[in-house]
Amino acid sequence: MFGMLSPILKNGFGKPATRLYPFEKREAFDKARGQLEIDIDKCIFCGMCQRKCPSTCLNVEKAASKWELDPYNCVICGVCVEACPTKCLSLNKVYRTPVYVKENQIKIGKPPVKKTAAKENA
Amino acid sequence: MGDRRTVIPFGPQHPVLPEPIQLKLVLEDEKVVEALPQIGYIHRGLERLVKVRDFNQMVFVAERICGICSFQHAMSYCLSIERLMNIEVPERADYLRVIWSELHRVHSHLLWLGLMADAFGFEAMFMETWKIREAVVDMMEATAGSRVIISTCQVGGVRRDIAPELLQQIVKLADDVQRRVKAIEHSVLNDYTIKKRTVDKGVISKEQAWKLGAAGPVLRASGVKWDARMIGYAGYKYLNFEPVVETAGDCYARTKVRFREMFVALDLLRQAVAKIPAGEINVKVKGNPEGEAFIQVEQPRGEVTYTVKGNGTKNLEKMHVRTPTFANIPAFLTMLPGCELADVPVLALTIDPCISCTER
Ligand code: SF4
Ligand code: SF4
Repeated sequence: MFGMLSPILKNGFGKPATRLYPFEKREAFDKARGQLEIDIDKCIFCGMCQRKCPSTCLNVEKAASKWELDPYNCVICGVCVEACPTKCLSLNKVYRTPVYVKENQIKIGKPPVKKTAAKENA
Repeated sequence: MGDRRTVIPFGPQHPVLPEPIQLKLVLEDEKVVEALPQIGYIHRGLERLVKVRDFNQMVFVAERICGICSFQHAMSYCLSIERLMNIEVPERADYLRVIWSELHRVHSHLLWLGLMADAFGFEAMFMETWKIREAVVDMMEATAGSRVIISTCQVGGVRRDIAPELLQQIVKLADDVQRRVKAIEHSVLNDYTIKKRTVDKGVISKEQAWKLGAAGPVLRASGVKWDARMIGYAGYKYLNFEPVVETAGDCYARTKVRFREMFVALDLLRQAVAKIPAGEINVKVKGNPEGEAFIQVEQPRGEVTYTVKGNGTKNLEKMHVRTPTFANIPAFLTMLPGCELADVPVLALTIDPCISCTER
């Protein structure tokens, strides 16, 4: 019965175990996986991320230069980040905030200047 | 005789059950004479997803079979695929797998202890154990990036490395958790109320436990010295540990086994950090799985088995998971007849039920 006395006294007179959120916020850990970000200018729309994603929340359309993410399906595993050949995907440390309307994140980039441009020049 | 019997539904929604399972309890006065289980409330059909997800993506599906032993599910799946494809995992990855597994075991047992204390109405203990657990979960976030479902396992190794400073922090955490758990040891194991409610309740003999196919702490609390880690999968082959065994087979023995297992897990963490070699953390996987493989892994709740069958394509043909709670349900149903209605919640908790993984 008295075994709990010391933890209880410590808890009673010590600092609270919880934080006074939102006034006091915790530093995110260096490796924390918050949400997925893309640098659309670097994307070549190869679709690798879409093929590797385990939760099928990505949709890449090469013809329209469109990269679409359903952030509410994404499990933030980071597989796409590892798979991307141009390293344009990254995970930031900030967790998603609540929203009123769930919307897909659609990014339209520039069509990759590769073979077509090379042909025109020739 | 017959008209004195009452049937009381226990669950699917019940204060001690975080997940839905129903027991139809046939009572005579306050005594349980029979219990009929009804499972299937949260079947998700995860095993069938092998048809639509390739074998690498399935790691993340396996991980989501159970929230609490998530890393061990992912690891079991990866181990079975690696066995199928004859993949040698680098030694460092083996050690990292042990570290994350044991962190999961500690946090799972602390969570269980909190829930158990909550079922007794011992709120101070509930808060205390969950406070300790918070430090373990924070460590998981610091090392892997997520708090519970850490997504660090992959076929062929692990996806993230742990830096040397963080490894030292893990040792510090192990010492700290050990000290804090020791501080509550006396209150858990010698408390009059806890003993009153657990000693000689739900006794399962050694023969019964073995015959009914019980797993994990339920089996070991009845005196069977069997822990799947003894097989030496992943990094356990490099480490020394003694399985925790009790002989009484009652709720108190199961509590004691889980409690002492935390110390074993913390010790394994220290050993793993001391011995971890430098080197690669994963190998490239080529080809598709073909053939059949089976693996046993010890989770916090007991032994899980994975059977996978590949047919040379990127999708597996079949995956079958037998989870520890599923194995413990027959033992649980044997414990129930003869107990008082008020003891049923405590009995249910001492098998540490995880219904989500049972139904997958
Ligand atoms: S893998 Fe990278 S480059 Fe390819 S489509 Fe995805 S984001 Fe773009
Ligand atoms: S983080 Fe994982 S779930 Fe999210 S988009 Fe990338 S691969 Fe898909």
